[in-house]
Amino acid sequence: MLGKLSLEAIPYHEPIIMVVAAIMAIGAFALIAALTYYRKWGWLWSEWFTSVDHKKLGIMYFLVALVMLLRGFSDAIMMRLQLAMAAGGSMGYLPPEHYDQIFTAHGVIMIFFVAMPMVIGLMNLVVPLQIGARDVAYPFLNNLSFWLFAAGAILVNVSLFVGEFATTGWLAYAPLSGIEYSPGVGVDYWIWALQISGVGTTLTGINFFVTILKMRTPGMTLFRMPIFTWTSLCANVLIIASFPILTATIALLTLDRYLGMHFFTNDFGGNMMMYVNLIWAWGHPEVYILILPAFGVFSEVIATFARKRLFGYTTMVWATVAITLLSFIVWLHHFFTMGAGANVNAFFGIMTMIIAIPTGVKVFNWLFTMFRGRLEFTSPVLWTLGFIITFTLGGMTGVMLAVPGANFVLHNSLFVIAHFHNVIVGGVVFGMMAGMTYWFPKAFGFTLDETWGKRAFWCWLIGFYLAFMPLYVLSFFGAVRRMQSYANPEWQPWMILALVGAVVIMLGIACTVIQLWVSIRDRRLNADVTGDPWNGRTLEWSVASPPPHYNFAHAPEVGGIDSFWTHKQRGIEAVDQVPYQDIHMPRNTVAGPIISLFAVVLGFALVWHIWWLAITAAIGGLVSFLARVFNDDIDYWVPAAEVARSERAHQQARDEWQTNGSAQGDFAPAELRG
Amino acid sequence: MSKIRRFLGTLSLWSLSLLLAGCSSALLDPKGEIGVEQRSLILTSFGLMLIVVVPVIVMTLLFAWRYRHRERPAAYQPDWAHNNWIEAVVWVVPCLIIAVLAALTWHTSHTLDPHKPLASSEDTLEIQAVSMDWKWLFIYPEQGIATVNEVAFPVDVPVRFRVSSDSVMNAFFIPQLGSQIYAMAGMDNDVHLIANHPGRYAGRSTNYSGAGFSGMTFEALATSEQGFEAWVDKVRAAEQGLDYPDRYAELAAPSQYHPVEYFSSVTPHLYEQLLLSFHDGAEHGDSHDLESATATRSDAADHRVRHHHTDQRDALRRQPARTEAGG
Amino acid sequence: MTTDTIKQCDDHAHPMTHGHHDTGSIKVFGFWVYLMSDLVIFGTLFATYAVLMRGTAGGPSGAEIFDLRLILAGTLLLLVSSFTYGMAVLSMTAERLTRLKAWLVVTFLLGAGFIAIEFYEFRHLIHAGHGPDRSAFLSAFFTLVGTHGLHVLFGLLWLVVVLVQLQTKGLNDMTRPRILCLSLFWHFLDVVWICVFSFVYLMGVV
Repeated sequence: MLGKLSLEAIPYHEPIIMVVAAIMAIGAFALIAALTYYRKWGWLWSEWFTSVDHKKLGIMYFLVALVMLLRGFSDAIMMRLQLAMAAGGSMGYLPPEHYDQIFTAHGVIMIFFVAMPMVIGLMNLVVPLQIGARDVAYPFLNNLSFWLFAAGAILVNVSLFVGEFATTGWLAYAPLSGIEYSPGVGVDYWIWALQISGVGTTLTGINFFVTILKMRTPGMTLFRMPIFTWTSLCANVLIIASFPILTATIALLTLDRYLGMHFFTNDFGGNMMMYVNLIWAWGHPEVYILILPAFGVFSEVIATFARKRLFGYTTMVWATVAITLLSFIVWLHHFFTMGAGANVNAFFGIMTMIIAIPTGVKVFNWLFTMFRGRLEFTSPVLWTLGFIITFTLGGMTGVMLAVPGANFVLHNSLFVIAHFHNVIVGGVVFGMMAGMTYWFPKAFGFTLDETWGKRAFWCWLIGFYLAFMPLYVLSFFGAVRRMQSYANPEWQPWMILALVGAVVIMLGIACTVIQLWVSIRDRRLNADVTGDPWNGRTLEWSVASPPPHYNFAHAPEVGGIDSFWTHKQRGIEAVDQVPYQDIHMPRNTVAGPIISLFAVVLGFALVWHIWWLAITAAIGGLVSFLARVFNDDIDYWVPAAEVARSERAHQQARDEWQTNGSAQGDFAPAELRG
Repeated sequence: MSKIRRFLGTLSLWSLSLLLAGCSSALLDPKGEIGVEQRSLILTSFGLMLIVVVPVIVMTLLFAWRYRHRERPAAYQPDWAHNNWIEAVVWVVPCLIIAVLAALTWHTSHTLDPHKPLASSEDTLEIQAVSMDWKWLFIYPEQGIATVNEVAFPVDVPVRFRVSSDSVMNAFFIPQLGSQIYAMAGMDNDVHLIANHPGRYAGRSTNYSGAGFSGMTFEALATSEQGFEAWVDKVRAAEQGLDYPDRYAELAAPSQYHPVEYFSSVTPHLYEQLLLSFHDGAEHGDSHDLESATATRSDAADHRVRHHHTDQRDALRRQPARTEAGG
Repeated sequence: MTTDTIKQCDDHAHPMTHGHHDTGSIKVFGFWVYLMSDLVIFGTLFATYAVLMRGTAGGPSGAEIFDLRLILAGTLLLLVSSFTYGMAVLSMTAERLTRLKAWLVVTFLLGAGFIAIEFYEFRHLIHAGHGPDRSAFLSAFFTLVGTHGLHVLFGLLWLVVVLVQLQTKGLNDMTRPRILCLSLFWHFLDVVWICVFSFVYLMGVV
């Protein structure tokens, strides 16, 4: 009846998990109680959960990502604490099977449920606004993508309390992840969480690819698109081309585990090396899916706050395209030590190094954007400067790893851990923090508190160096990744230093939480009435903050790069006298959340082999999808009068603010401060 | 003045401790020619990269500070966004450095190829290393002995480690001697290493392989020729032998922090038989029905070993306590 | 209801409905992009098959178990069904609703015939002890061919949906792009099948 599920699946003998469970249960209960008390369920459902508005979906992606960041970071702190303790015969406080789940969960959560949703969330929020579109190409699919991602996140969290998570490392290398060596449900949670959220990601990739290619406003040729849109386009190409490989690979592992097939088994002709190849054929493009949009964020931030056009726009675009293409022919550098021949290793090593060239060019372009500019040290700029230095160092260690001869001693050591945190924290995390600060006023209509933002930055920067430089040192001592304990007591001081760094990073996260709270408290003081708080250059700053749900009353005409900036310089008013017209918009949909709810149940049932439930859920999902297909009432018209009303209100607020705004001094944007 | 002196004192103390750390640093203190070459490769590539990295960091700080927003700003050219000279330099310099690195990579990928036999006047010693859950089995085919979690070889004699696995993937690595290589079931991988200084070097699996991974360490003894012979004699004096598949199956059952063990004898071609055991049924190609197909596993005993494994593993999962305390 | 929607659309069919470009063509283009990502899945499965082809582990090889005549029959059914779908699209452009439905029904029957043959083949193999758990080669074979089969099965379901919608709603802005997308899908499956047929069956027997 309940498959493999029984009461024993709940780890009540694990005090740490139970405490976490209790805290999360109390939190969830408080949230539910508050929502019920304030009668917000209906509002939440009709305004947010069922929304097809790309801006709201972007916000929801980011919100879930921040919550998952707390979970993923707790894992990080627990690991660092364990390693600071478990030296010279001590076993620390986490037994191997618990520690192994934690590092697996940390990797999976940080990549799939923090970095990815942050990147996709920003794309959602920003890309349609930057290209002057009213929504994405497929609004319903966009909602479905979000909920499929959320379904995956839910499954990962369920694994904490019911059963266990994988103990295989974040990529679940076979044959360790096969049924013979991992008979528990941990790998199954990994499979279904990634499979469900991965389908969502693929749909997002298609959606944004089509949106960017087909929905641009008149005059916006490809080479007039803002850089963030360009990097998003490339990231989506990577998603479309690489995520199906992940889907197929996980499906094959699933067949091995559920139907006794022999793709990756040790015997019966299986080939585990194929798993490693396939998973990295997806895995390497994946890191560029994360970093390219971050590059885009930095490009926007640096041009805006240096008050200067981005240096070498065309080079920047071609560098991005080059990285996109090259990212598919370097995957083997993740396993030079598998024993491929010298020619193969050398080829992949050299290809990897070649990626450093366009990346280096990008760095120089950012530098020369600052050159002869007027750089304001706002917190997005601090994140950008921190990124340039940190990422350059990470790039350097990356090239060192790409030399097969050197890789033979550095592979699998803490050097690798230090390297990829160097580029992912320094690149993706810093980029997303910069992007969040930069576009927050666009999403919510008020700016984030700068003081706490800068504190967060310094904590992250210092914490990062304290936490990861010791790992480079340790790698030279021969310390490897994924050790639960180590015999050599000489390593311990460095491990303790790394723990201190992690604690400093934790302070940085706390600063961000405080920043959000303070900013929401002071939202009237920090209100962005103009829609253009930073004196921006691209189209998203030409509309109100937050933008009306239809984004643009008229399709903006674009005549070049940074068109909005040029218009402002020439004193052209954004709103002309063309009469407003009815606007065609998609309706909200209940299909996304409902299909995804069935997906959660399906995933859970498959993890525990509850076949009747799995079949019921699959049919439920299919029927909900068909119901959506047969629904004709999927769009509506916003009357011209309503558009006019909302546009005039924004105009009026802006004019009023500009006439008496100077009294507010400090809160005026830089351009008005003069 | 005293402040400066105190600062210098702290600085030298720091650098001294770093230097001391350098002495115990396995990769910077290699004991064999492969490791020495790899150290110089790491340092060379590091130095080459610094040619770009240092200017970038300096320029970042310099530009950001010089062109900051202030009362009387430095030159401000808001529309300056292109310069052929700068673009040429920022493409050419990285290209040149990468070209040098690429040449270096091509060359060292061949000279440091783990499969390449080492040139030496001495004959190569073959040692077969098998990763198990969670320990290392070393087989000396010429000497007819085997050990667990301890391996010895004479200095200045090239050693060919043939590396395979009895279960999941691991990686065989002695940091102070250089190159690691993956150990995979059914695959006959190899790495050629040499020790040029006698000593006891830490070795371990570097590729995560499950609960007992942390304890998957072994000791590598690089000795004189006589020392090695004495060690072989010591192993030969052990009371137990390693016969395949029975005693082998016992050994292969999962265990953590396994103590060092010696086997005075070993079933001939054990390593080859182990490799073959993963290429199931190859000898019974004519059997077509499902029942007998399952039974074609090359070796009934082997079948038992695997079931035994799974049971043991289940037991281990439920009981986190280490079966063998040690290390 | 339906006519209302269409009328409303016509009312607003002025050139300034920006942000809404030509939804039909966007749908078809997006679907084409989806097919490319699906192609990557098939590419992965083909690559897997190529790697595992020799991993028979003492079990049968392709030459011993493939019944080419049966497969040829299935292939012909699928090829003809692609042609009949083409006829259906021609009928759609000619606004011949009844004929369109008739061609779609024929396509459905041909597709169902293909699935029946594949089902028979799989059942036969499993009964003979050559199931997907026998060897890596058979795992790869069943998965590659089965994935294509699942796609065809999904295509059949889609055909039913389209037929029902044509029955209830007729030809409109909603059903038209769907028929075009399904047409892409159907031809795509045909192309994939030709690869399966030559790469798996023909080369397996040679």
